[in-house]
Amino acid sequence: MSKIIPIGPYHPLQEEPELFKLYCEGEIVKDIKWETGYNHRGIEKLSESKTFDQVFFLVERVCGICSTSHPFAFANCMEEIGEVEIPDRAKYIRSIIGELERIHSHMLWFGLAGHFIGYNTVFMWVWKYREPVLDLFEMITGNRNSYAMFKIGGVRRDIENNKIGKIKETLDLIRKKTDMLIGAVMDDPVIHARTKGVGILTKDDIINYGAVGPTARASDVAIDVRHDNPYAAYPLVNWKIITAKEGDVFAKVEVRLLEILESVSIIDQCLEGLKKEKEGEIETKVKAIPEGIGTGRAEAPRGEVFHFVKTNGSNYPERHKIRAPSYVNIATFKKSCIGQTISDATISLAAVDPCYCCTERLASVYDKDTGTKVFGGEELIKNSQQKTREIQKTILRNEH
Amino acid sequence: MAEIAEIKEIKKNFKNSITGIELRSPLRATVSIRPDKLVKITEFLYHRLNLRFIIASAFETRQGFEILYHFSNDANGLVLNIHVVLSKKKPEIQSLTGIFEASSWIEREMHETFGINFLNHPNLEKLISEGNWAKGVYPYRKGGK
Repeated sequence: MSKIIPIGPYHPLQEEPELFKLYCEGEIVKDIKWETGYNHRGIEKLSESKTFDQVFFLVERVCGICSTSHPFAFANCMEEIGEVEIPDRAKYIRSIIGELERIHSHMLWFGLAGHFIGYNTVFMWVWKYREPVLDLFEMITGNRNSYAMFKIGGVRRDIENNKIGKIKETLDLIRKKTDMLIGAVMDDPVIHARTKGVGILTKDDIINYGAVGPTARASDVAIDVRHDNPYAAYPLVNWKIITAKEGDVFAKVEVRLLEILESVSIIDQCLEGLKKEKEGEIETKVKAIPEGIGTGRAEAPRGEVFHFVKTNGSNYPERHKIRAPSYVNIATFKKSCIGQTISDATISLAAVDPCYCCTERLASVYDKDTGTKVFGGEELIKNSQQKTREIQKTILRNEH
Repeated sequence: MAEIAEIKEIKKNFKNSITGIELRSPLRATVSIRPDKLVKITEFLYHRLNLRFIIASAFETRQGFEILYHFSNDANGLVLNIHVVLSKKKPEIQSLTGIFEASSWIEREMHETFGINFLNHPNLEKLISEGNWAKGVYPYRKGGK
């Protein structure tokens, strides 16, 4: 009997609210459809009624987790139109904020991924070590989220040199704990069994769907705006793009975990850079933005954020187009989920990091004919966790 | 300003289809083309020059509805905009979904918000308002609320 599994519809933390309907036959997902319209906030239109300074606070609220990536792209865009060059100290601060955000976002994802496949210890651990990163944000910006750090021409707050020691302390902790997690995950046979060969996206799929970020890099498509179209302090520090070849869920875990270490290294170098710059030189005064068009890009934790702005010489954008990375990444579900079992669909959907904290709350399985609920969100996760436990048992049996 | 290699190629192959070129910097350029040549030129950009389709932005001006198709060359950081102007009375253009999947959602969105018709799109349904928006009301047009 064919069943529809709705996943969604409400995703308050996500750039795009969504309802996925998985069409299943038995345990196998045969088709997937996407519906939305539950939480469309009209931010692009709203932006046209705000001054450039106000737009920063608006776009910061496009996404709750990667809240700095949109102001980052918008700042790049406006500075392109106004041909503004920002001071090096501001560049370093921007990169530090961007990378701290990548660390906490990847950790959040990793914790939830652990929870989905039944590794609640991983969930607890990772979220525990994510807290110090949020504390750093509070110390630097005054907020644990939505930091309001960006403005045209620079940043709003300085990172004083006396804070560098504390930041480095936290980075050491993150580095140590990430190493521990990598050691725990990379050799675990059960995690291998649950994630290897699951939800594969090939290189051709990525190019066809235009997918970006860790989703693309895990399929050996080495695109990263920080490298391809350098901005802020990224050309001033040494770092490398992390890629993996397989394109499955495991490859995405691998890419994200190694990116945390890379981010720690970038911040370290930026902090050294900060020491060389004079305190307080954090912005270039910008008087007016001329008429024109501009495109701004930034590499968010989930991939490339793209902003297009058309200005008309006034203080307001005439048109503001925003494309969040999930917009292109979510479309790949059509490739990664079909042919999977329901218990693997949860982790396949989660693998592109579509802010899926709501998936666990709202995914349900309904009987197509009677309309009665067969599985709720909790049952779906239990189903996935059950599969992990069975694999664990089999592996233990084989070892003895 | 030195000429961008990609634009040189487009000029060489589609000389009569280009209606204007604007270079803003060595990494940002806009090429205006005749709307009926969009599919041919996009095929060329995607298959021959290996550019990635980022997204498309539509807006309304006095000339009509304008669309910028943003392409990225990830090898050198170039953002190339392909610009078309569609008539106000009957805004329609060929869909790019035959070339890549990446344009499917944004074409649906532009159809919904601006009322631009994309010919040969396999599934030109509403994307962001999912049916509960009044028919014939296009929120992102000038005067839309």
